[in-house]
Amino acid sequence: MPEQLLFAMEVTLNGLMAGVLYALVALGFVLIFKASGIFNYAQGVMALFAALTLVGIQQGQVPFAHLINAIFGTEVHHFPWHVPSIIAIILAAGVMVLFAWIVEKYILQHLIGQPDIILFMATIGLAYFMEGFGDIMWGSDIKTLDVGLPQGMNMAIDEATYNMFGYGFFIDNLDIVATVVAALLVTSLVIFSQYTKQGRALRAVADDHSAALSVGISLRFIWVLVWSIAGFVALVAGIMWGAKSGVQFSLSLIALKALPVLMLGGFTSIPGAIIGGLIIGVGEQLFEFAIGPMIGGATQNWFAYVLALIFLIFRPQGLFGEKIIERV
Amino acid sequence: MKYSKLAAASITALMAATPVLADLVFPSLSYRTGPYAAGGIPYADGFADYFTLLNERDGGIGGVMTSAPECETAYNTEKGVECYEATKGEGALAYNPLSTGITYQLIPKVTADDIPLYTPGYGRTSAANGKVFSHVFNFPANYWNAASLAVNHLKEVSGGDLNGKKIALVYHNSAYGKEPIRTLEGLAEKHGFELVTVPVDHPGQEQKAQWLQIRRERPDFVIMYGWGVMNQVAIQEAANIRYPMENFIGVWWSGGDHDVAPAGAAANGYKAVTFHGVGSDYPVFDDIQKYVVDTGKAAGNGDNIGKAIYNRGVYAAMLLAEAAKKAQEIHGTPDITSSMMRDGMEALEITEERMTELGMPGFGPTFTVTCENHGGPGTGAIQQWDAAAGKWSLISDFGPSDMELIQPLIDEDSGAYAAENNIEPRCN
Repeated sequence: MPEQLLFAMEVTLNGLMAGVLYALVALGFVLIFKASGIFNYAQGVMALFAALTLVGIQQGQVPFAHLINAIFGTEVHHFPWHVPSIIAIILAAGVMVLFAWIVEKYILQHLIGQPDIILFMATIGLAYFMEGFGDIMWGSDIKTLDVGLPQGMNMAIDEATYNMFGYGFFIDNLDIVATVVAALLVTSLVIFSQYTKQGRALRAVADDHSAALSVGISLRFIWVLVWSIAGFVALVAGIMWGAKSGVQFSLSLIALKALPVLMLGGFTSIPGAIIGGLIIGVGEQLFEFAIGPMIGGATQNWFAYVLALIFLIFRPQGLFGEKIIERV
Repeated sequence: MKYSKLAAASITALMAATPVLADLVFPSLSYRTGPYAAGGIPYADGFADYFTLLNERDGGIGGVMTSAPECETAYNTEKGVECYEATKGEGALAYNPLSTGITYQLIPKVTADDIPLYTPGYGRTSAANGKVFSHVFNFPANYWNAASLAVNHLKEVSGGDLNGKKIALVYHNSAYGKEPIRTLEGLAEKHGFELVTVPVDHPGQEQKAQWLQIRRERPDFVIMYGWGVMNQVAIQEAANIRYPMENFIGVWWSGGDHDVAPAGAAANGYKAVTFHGVGSDYPVFDDIQKYVVDTGKAAGNGDNIGKAIYNRGVYAAMLLAEAAKKAQEIHGTPDITSSMMRDGMEALEITEERMTELGMPGFGPTFTVTCENHGGPGTGAIQQWDAAAGKWSLISDFGPSDMELIQPLIDEDSGAYAAENNIEPRCN
């Protein structure tokens, strides 16, 4: 088999894996948009905050230590314990539920009935607040995230492809884990929304707020629920991305990777987020591989948006989005 | 009563006769927030802590207290310029913005305002030519020196011959990251190696395609010009594809402790070029601990002492302080202006004796700044990461870069700048 074809196959596989990671971020946006019509600008910062909280809990870091020390002249930094990863993940998820409740009580509740743009602006404010709050709470240094996820080349795939083609493919173990986790997450979400009472209520709200309210569904409960789930998805995305680079401010910028995925897959579709992520992942990696070297490289960031724009021209609601029909 | 009145009158007269000395102000255009905060924080801490040390231990410089007020730029060029405009009227003596983008914007402004701009190891490389850039200083080394120093090291580990070797440059796709390309192209021609350039877009969180390319190209060595999250991800990705860490070398801005820490043991053996000492085994750090950290006056919590980027902040502050001292000597007054500070920077002389006095023996090169040469000697060393010990070690002496190749590039670039801006070369 020609060498270039083998390289293209390797790039495609890696693109699919990268796409899963993009889809994980996009999923959080979709959940909130679907249930409340809000484009949550803070989703990227939520991933950062969730990962910071996880590492902070795991390492026994004292929250607001810098502030406490500055005010009281103390020298506290860490508690004398180290929390096991699984407990830290559960506690961090708990913090994200608390965060969802606070957002609903102190922001969303006061904005019921306001135009979507107001809600969007509120999430911009929330994003910047959380950035600063996360810094004050946990500090802005890079934190190493170690929850026992495997990293590095998968030797079995390398060996198998080498035996088959005479060239070993590189696939990162972390990407394989991310794919499995994303599959589990999506399956759980589908089961939850199809087969549980709360899930059906969530779908009802997504279809029509007013109709859902008229049959006694609590909009406030649904909002807390959906922001909690989005918080959990943000935690998972934060873990996967944080394992690559350490937990730091840049994690919040992964939201930029989700935007073209949403434009392509549609803002209201979970399968759309997954398929969109995969298309963007493969598209940008293949473009960088085939065309990048001819035009100076580093094409991934802008090419993802070009690809999404091309789809938008032909299908404005995205691949799986609901067609918007407004009657006059 | 009589005596007390007399004493009071004497004190009042003395106070009236002695001018009140304002602080020597060195604004710190820092970034403690944003995607590059991880590098900005230790640098700002080191910069601030050294000036605090001078105040606490020595009573300032020449009897005048110092201050390093911070203005947050978030590594954003527009904010950096705003910070400059907001602070220049407060008696600012020199600026050190720790950003090549901000530096480029400030060069014409500082020249017009007669305030020196100090960009050690970053900024506009050709500003080393003092004949054109009267107010910009980038001693003791610049980006092009770093590229040459890296190649020198790679040549040494290759048995003195790079002919036929392949070197990949992984760089931040910005003005900063592109700086070494011309130098490396020249060096490739001179030493007979093949150069492959691999750009990474801001912020560099996703580099899968780049490292797959490196895996395919199989370069003998990889040089990195990164900053921020790009460094951590690159080191992790290099480990993932099992690229030998001892063949991977970064510029000094890719050689922070926080760059290697996230990859853990996998980062062991990674190298970086440096223009100053590593670790905390210098008397100056004991003094910082005693006079600054232990007294609760540190900018951070003291954890960063001895870390690569913190040390760089301390070193930059030390060189500025020495230049201020020189300016006081030249002009015979402790209360210097920014114009006098510029003169001090242009006459700065760093000797080993002085470095030892300052508690930094062998921490950096000895050099003399002149009207023509604002760039210093361009020397540097190689540091290597020991993951088990969690620290950098110098694995080479401070050696020279290839000025035979770099100087014509500096002259060409600065000459073009002079022509564009109608600058008459000085120092004649």
